[in-house]
Amino acid sequence: MSQRRSRRAAKRRPRAPVFAALGDEVRLSLIAKLCAGQPYSISQLTEGTGLTRQAITKHLRVLESVGIVHGVHRGRESLFEFDPKPMEETKKYLNFVSEQWDQALSKLKSFLED
Amino acid sequence: MNDRIEKRMELKAPVSRVWRALTDYREFGQWFGVKLDGPFLPGKVSRGQITHPGYEHVKWEAVVQKMEPEQLFSFTWPHPKSLDKVDIPVDYSQEPKTLVEFRLQRTATGTLLLVTESGFDQLPGDRRLEAFRRNEGGWTQQMKNIENHVAAS
Repeated sequence: MSQRRSRRAAKRRPRAPVFAALGDEVRLSLIAKLCAGQPYSISQLTEGTGLTRQAITKHLRVLESVGIVHGVHRGRESLFEFDPKPMEETKKYLNFVSEQWDQALSKLKSFLED
Repeated sequence: MNDRIEKRMELKAPVSRVWRALTDYREFGQWFGVKLDGPFLPGKVSRGQITHPGYEHVKWEAVVQKMEPEQLFSFTWPHPKSLDKVDIPVDYSQEPKTLVEFRLQRTATGTLLLVTESGFDQLPGDRRLEAFRRNEGGWTQQMKNIENHVAAS
């Protein structure tokens, strides 16, 4: 591996599946709460879920590992906030692949019908 | 967020003709923009080189899954992190893959083609696709060309 390549790789976010991180109802509900923009503490996020702090923390770590949430410190308090970037990037990629298909199928159409 | 792509297209050609355009490796190569080394065979790796302008350095590698005559053609293919020359992996076998399925249905006027690509939940979320981004304008232009071409014919 070239040095250039390893430097570039280092700049990237860790390899982790965003979709897989989203494929869970608890995590989706956490995002629903956080995506308004306001950071929340673990206690606030645990409230009303019927789950333990530990369980919520585990789910937050999964979201953190793909960069969807970040831990922030306010004084002595540890809070979590939402970062829309990974989801936007994933959506952008899906849109790109979708456009490629539109293009390929248009070519197939003219190949068959012209 | 949806993790699959679904396309449907009405084609004014009989199912047998569409099947050939999809599964004959030379015909597939013509409309898809890839030069394939040999025929598609279920369970076998299909190799080739992309001929689409600007992507000639990208190799094609897919594993054919199903070939049910005039009904279903499917393969899995890798989604490398980037299509930048320096980032193209030498070995595609370790790259995360999605499943592409072509389904054919007879209609009164020809064939209904359904294409799905699924398994995006297996892909890492870190793809920057710098190359794509740089070429975004190019792709948009290309699509306009095709639209014009189809509209004019």
